[in-house]
Amino acid sequence: MTLNRKTAPAFGAIDNINLLHPGHQKLDNGCNVFCFNSGDQELVRIEWVFANQRFNPDKPLLNVAVNTMLTEGTASLTSSQIADKVDFYGAFLQVDYGYDNSQVTLFSLNKHLKHTLPVIKDIITNSIFPEKELETYIRNQQQKLQVSLQKNDFVARRVFNNALYGNTLYGLGADADTFKTLRREDMLAHFKQMYQPSNCTIIIAGKIEPNILELITNTFDKDWANSTVKPDSSQPEIEEAVEHFYFVEKPDALQSAIRMGAPIINRTHPDFPALQVLNTVLGGYFGSRLMANIREDKGYTYGIGSGMSSLKQGGAIFIATEVGADVCKAAITEIEKELNLLKTELIPTEELSLVRNFMLGSLLGSLENVLSHADKFKNLYFAGLDYDYYDRYVDTVKTVTADRLQQLANVYLNFDNFYKVIVGKY
Amino acid sequence: MVKFNRFTLDNGLRVIVHEDSTTPMAVLNILYDVGARDENPEQTGFAHLFEHLMFGGSLNIPDYDQPLQRVGGENNAFTSNDLTNYYITLPSANIETAFWLESDRMLSLAFSKKSLEVQRNVVIEEFKQRYLNQPYGDVWLKLRPMVYKKHPYQWATIGKEIKHIEDAKIEDVKAFFKKHYNPQNAIMVVGGDVKTAEVKKLAEKWFGPIPAGEKYHRNLPQEPEQHEERRDTVTAKVPLNDVYIAFQMGDRLDESYYVAELISDILSRGNSSRLYRNLVKEKQLFSEVHAYMTGSLDKGMFVFEGKPLENVTTEAAEAAIWEELERLKTEEVPADELTKVKNKTESTMIFSEMSLLDKAMNLAQFELLGDADMLNKETGKYIEVTAAQIKALANKIFRKDNSTTLIYLAEKVA
Repeated sequence: MTLNRKTAPAFGAIDNINLLHPGHQKLDNGCNVFCFNSGDQELVRIEWVFANQRFNPDKPLLNVAVNTMLTEGTASLTSSQIADKVDFYGAFLQVDYGYDNSQVTLFSLNKHLKHTLPVIKDIITNSIFPEKELETYIRNQQQKLQVSLQKNDFVARRVFNNALYGNTLYGLGADADTFKTLRREDMLAHFKQMYQPSNCTIIIAGKIEPNILELITNTFDKDWANSTVKPDSSQPEIEEAVEHFYFVEKPDALQSAIRMGAPIINRTHPDFPALQVLNTVLGGYFGSRLMANIREDKGYTYGIGSGMSSLKQGGAIFIATEVGADVCKAAITEIEKELNLLKTELIPTEELSLVRNFMLGSLLGSLENVLSHADKFKNLYFAGLDYDYYDRYVDTVKTVTADRLQQLANVYLNFDNFYKVIVGKY
Repeated sequence: MVKFNRFTLDNGLRVIVHEDSTTPMAVLNILYDVGARDENPEQTGFAHLFEHLMFGGSLNIPDYDQPLQRVGGENNAFTSNDLTNYYITLPSANIETAFWLESDRMLSLAFSKKSLEVQRNVVIEEFKQRYLNQPYGDVWLKLRPMVYKKHPYQWATIGKEIKHIEDAKIEDVKAFFKKHYNPQNAIMVVGGDVKTAEVKKLAEKWFGPIPAGEKYHRNLPQEPEQHEERRDTVTAKVPLNDVYIAFQMGDRLDESYYVAELISDILSRGNSSRLYRNLVKEKQLFSEVHAYMTGSLDKGMFVFEGKPLENVTTEAAEAAIWEELERLKTEEVPADELTKVKNKTESTMIFSEMSLLDKAMNLAQFELLGDADMLNKETGKYIEVTAAQIKALANKIFRKDNSTTLIYLAEKVA
C-alpha cells in the first residue's frame, strides 16, 4: 500500500488537563506553606515569596534593591561565604524581584538540604546590606543600565510602562541618579518590614519526603518572629499618562522597536480567558495574524507578537516588535489593519479550531514536571483565584464563539486609544 | 540516568527512543549533521538560512506549522557552527503527526521562490536585530576570524555579511538540501509517553521509504596551532569599554574538555567563582566579567569577556584577568573548591532530567559525538578530573601566544 503523504494523520483533541493541588499548612508565626510532592528526582525547589511594600517615590528602589542584595551578607556570613556554602553543595540560590511580589528561591538536592537551608534562613532573617556591597551594587547597576539604554526594545518597554503606570512600581524606570537615593538605613528598615513570616508564602515542589518537610517547617517556624512594624503592601493609585504617542529617536538605528497597547483587565475579570484566545489569534503564536502578515508575508521583522500581563493592580495588552527602520510606518499600518480585521470579521472556524488545539496543547506541554504545577498554583494564589479558574479557562478555550471574540475585539482592541512607543526611526 | 533504546533504519537514519510515562507529552527531535562550518566561504549564513526555509513547506505539505498547531504541538529549531536541530513537542496521542511532518521535509522541500524571498528578509532582519543593532552585537563577526585563520569557524552562523544572504539563489538552496538533508546525516530522538515498538513502526512507515542519498564526507581545513599573540582594538558606538580575550583549546571529544569545563566553572560559575569574587567584588575592576567555552566539535575557544568600570583602563582590566590565569597555572586548585564545582555539575545533570526536551536534545547531541550513552557517563568524567590536570591544562592554554584580544572602546559622544 503506497504511503499517503498528502493527508494528515488522524489526531485526537485534548481532553483532560490535570493539575496537581498542593498540601497546605500554616505555621505558628503566620507563614503559609504549600507543598507539591511528586516525581522521582530527589530534589526540591523552595520559594519564599514576599509581597512588595508600598512604593515610596522618594525611595523608589527599595523593593528591588533589598531583594537583589539578600545575597550580599548577613550578620554571620559575608557575601562570598553565602555563595560558597550554597555552591559547595551543588545548590542554586536565586533572588527575583517582581512587580507585585519578590522572592528567594533555592534548588537543592534533598541529601544536601540540611546544609543549604540554614543559609536561606540566615539571609531572610539577618541580611545587613553591607555599605561596601551597596556601593558595588549601585555602581554595577549604573553600568549595566548604560548598556541597556542602548537597546531599543529595552527603552521601548520602559517608556511604555511609564506611560501606562506612571510613577509606581509598575511604571518606574530608574536612571543613574535614582540609584543614588539608596541608603543602607532605609534598606534595613524595608527589609524588616517586608521579610517577615506574616508576609511570606513558602512553596515547596519536588520529592518532599517527610523528613524534608519537617526540616523546612522546623527551620522556618522556630526563631522567626514577626516584626513590630506591620507589612504594608498597599500601593498608590495608578495614573495613566495623558500623552499617548512617544518617539525616541536613534539616528543610526537599523531597526525600530515598536511597543503599543493599553491597560485593560487582569486575570480576576471574567473576560480574561476569552481575551487570551483573542490575543493568541492576534499575536500569541507563530501562525498568528501579526506573524503571518508582518514577518512571513512582508518580511519586516524577525519577530512580532502580542501579550497580556496580569498584575495585582490591573493588566495590559501589548504588541511588541523590532522592524527594519525603513518599514516602521508600514509595519504600524499593518498592525492597525490586523486589529481592525478582528473587529470587523469573524475568525474562520478552521483557524479558531487550530488556535483552540494549540492553546490546549501548549497548556498541557507547560505541565512538564512538579515544578510546573507549582507555577500554575502561583498564578492563582497571588491573584486570589481558585482552581476553578483553570476549569473555566479550558472550557473557554474549547467553547468561546467567534461572535464573542469579535465583541471582545471591539471592546479591547482600540488602536486609536493605544499608547504607542517607537524607538529608532519613524 | 537516562534510559533509551536505539536502532538504525536501512537508509541510515539513527533513531533513539526514550520512554517516559510520567508525562502526557512526546518530543520528536531531529538533528542534522550540518552546521555553519560546512558552508562555502563565499556563501556563508546558509545553514541558518536553510533552517528557516525548512518551515516554508515540503513536497506534500504546503504548510509545516499549521498542521502541528492543530494537534496541540509546538516546535522550534536552532543552527550552530556544528549542527542544525529541529524539535517538536506535542501530546503523545498525536505523535504520528510529527512523523508525517518531519519525514516529508526530510524527503524534499517545496523550494518556493516566495519562501526564499520572505525568509531572506527575515534573516536579514535577524542579522540586524541581533548582530548589528545591539551594542557589541558584532563581536563574533570580528573575533572569530582573528582566532580561526583556516578553519570555517572563522565565520559566525549568521554569516560573514548580509550580502551573502541577499545573493542566495534557489539553485544553491536545492544543492545544499541534497548534500546535507538526508537520512544518513540525521539522528532522530523520540521521547516521552511513547513505546519503542510503536516508534519503530512509525519510523519504518514514514522515514523508511526516504532514499539514503549520498553520504557527506567532511574534510575541513584544520586550524593550525597558534603561536603568536593577536590583538585588535575597535572604537564603536557602545556605552562602555569591553574586553574580550579568546584562547584556542581542544575539541569536544578531547579528554581535556572536562578539565576545561571545570576551569570555566571555577572562574565564572555562580557568585562564589573567582572572576566574580576577585574582579567584581574585591578589586572592583569590572561591573561584570565571564568565562565560557564554545564546546565546538572541532578546535574550540575559551573566552573571557568583561566590562571594566569607567575608572579602570582596559590595560588594567586585561592585567587583572591574566593575574587570575597565572594563579591557575602556578597554584593547584584547593580540594574544597574542586569538590564544589563537581557537586554543581552533578546537581545540574540531575535537574536537567526534569526536562523531556533537554533529555531528547542531549541524547541527540551525544549520539552525534558517537554514542548517546555518553550522556550517562558525563558526571563520572567530571568527577575524575584532578587539580594537577587543571594546572597542566591552564599552562597549556592560557599563554599570551595562544591568545586573541579584542577591545571595544566606547566612542565618547560629546
